[in-house]
Amino acid sequence: MAEKKTEKKPETKRKNGVNVDALLAAREALKKAPQAARFNWRAACKWQNGTHSRTKVKGFHGLMEEQNHKTEFSFDADHPEIFASEDLGATPVEYVLVGLASCLTAGVAAVAENRGIKLRSVEAKLEGAMDIQGILGIDSDVRNGFDDIKVTFKIDAENASKKDLEALVAQSQKRSAVFDIVANPTNITVVVA
Amino acid sequence: MIGGGHTGLATSRVLAERSIDHVVLERGEIANSWRHERWDSLRLLTPNAQARLPGYRYEGDDPDGYMTMADVVAFVARYAGATAAPVRAETQVTSVTAAADGGYRVIAGDGEILCRSVVIASGACNAPHVPALRAAVPSTVASFTPFDYRNPAQLPDGGVLVVGASATGAQLADEIRRSGRRVVLSVGEHVRLPRMYRGRDVLWWMEASGVWNQRYDEIDDLVRARRLPSPQLVGTPEHTTLDLNTLSAAGVELVGRVSAIRDGRALFSGGLRNLFALADLKMDRLLDTFDAWARSGACDADVGAIERFEPTRVPAKSPLELDLNSGAIRSIVWATGFRPEYDWLHVPVVDHKGHLRHDGGVIDDAPGLYAIGLPVLRRRKSTFIVGAEDDARDVVAHLKGYLDRASRG
Repeated sequence: MAEKKTEKKPETKRKNGVNVDALLAAREALKKAPQAARFNWRAACKWQNGTHSRTKVKGFHGLMEEQNHKTEFSFDADHPEIFASEDLGATPVEYVLVGLASCLTAGVAAVAENRGIKLRSVEAKLEGAMDIQGILGIDSDVRNGFDDIKVTFKIDAENASKKDLEALVAQSQKRSAVFDIVANPTNITVVVA
Repeated sequence: MIGGGHTGLATSRVLAERSIDHVVLERGEIANSWRHERWDSLRLLTPNAQARLPGYRYEGDDPDGYMTMADVVAFVARYAGATAAPVRAETQVTSVTAAADGGYRVIAGDGEILCRSVVIASGACNAPHVPALRAAVPSTVASFTPFDYRNPAQLPDGGVLVVGASATGAQLADEIRRSGRRVVLSVGEHVRLPRMYRGRDVLWWMEASGVWNQRYDEIDDLVRARRLPSPQLVGTPEHTTLDLNTLSAAGVELVGRVSAIRDGRALFSGGLRNLFALADLKMDRLLDTFDAWARSGACDADVGAIERFEPTRVPAKSPLELDLNSGAIRSIVWATGFRPEYDWLHVPVVDHKGHLRHDGGVIDDAPGLYAIGLPVLRRRKSTFIVGAEDDARDVVAHLKGYLDRASRG
């Protein structure tokens, strides 16, 4: 099961479909224009009913101007029935696991491309352990969030040893935005307009 | 020549060989930094056999041992004498500016020197680098840097948080732990190495295999290579390995990188495990390189069997925060690196991060201005004693060419 996407530029030989040349060129250009590297990602959420909300993502800011995704993306979030809810979407904490999984997986592909490793398949299984006494306010010594997150990667590649794959995954974490957001403290400001 | 340490003196010797008239300005005594800016128990992490400067080498009876600071000072001072280096000691440079005729005006001591060329040999460790979050440490907790730390006895009784687990942090965590205190060690990016590998000192391997000779223009990510922290090594007569496994076995508590200090609570990264993995993988890759070299050079017979080391053990439960107001921690040692200081250099050749802009020691923006003794200046060994000579020869060759052209033009 090849990972290679259909290429737009036949002369760019990409093993995993990641346009690493463009990323490296961008890196060089941004060194000279650090203001252009300042991005602002956005999401707009509308409550629907009960614990169900819908969040849309379209515009973001970067490279000195407003940008837009090709289409608007929409995400429904809710709580499950065992939480006495309607289960009309994944839970917010599951969205965090989605974010982490996607970020690490994209990183694995990009680093593999850069290192000339041809990926056949990459799967990641995530588990976030949580004691809900925290969010239910039962025990103030219990935190709201995950106690622990475990990510298990299963990677099949043509020309890579187990060490190579471990190095791939380690490098992906090193450069991952969501890994950083989740592993390290991040400032959050919430205001009422 | 600004700086009378081992690098400045090595370069001075090469200048003299090429009959280039020069003077070495040293703000204190010869080997000033080694005398005053080091802690009591510090030894070099390079073995004595690697104490080699142009025309001079260690000739004692312990080539595998590691010099104490007193030994280093004596070694460098003897070198200055043996080479009759033209040193002006107790002469602090307060200003370097470009002179109208293309040369430089150096204000030092109580005088002024006009010269055609200046070599900056003041090193990369003029001041400790302490993260901004130090300002949020409660006033009840004392802070130390490697510049003011001398020995465990000067620390208050009670727990110590050591921030940074590279050579300095690892050594200090070990020494402070052995003084009986509780030590929490905050670990960021680090370079893990065994002291001995296949029966030989790991730094013997670095030199013999050619890794140390790798040139700056052959390195993919030079910026990263220049920022690499000092490896977790210590120089002891027993050749002990000082890695995180050694430290945790001794009872040092490992936590992640300090991300923030909020309301007196130090917050640590939850990404500790991956930093261990990165360091272990990097070490294994290096050992693979050594093994490949040993095989190719057929010196497999002269060294022991191939070995690999236990992966860095991850603590079962590593706290994500520490309340600095609780009294459990009474002092913090910031083993968070060093930085150069160039406030006396009034030529616009320093970048926004405070580093000299240079190409292998040649400062293109200021012809006649050179640097020596900076990390990976021209080779991976640039900042080690044994690395001074080759870099000095290259830089002086360029400088000679510059002087010849300047005098013809």
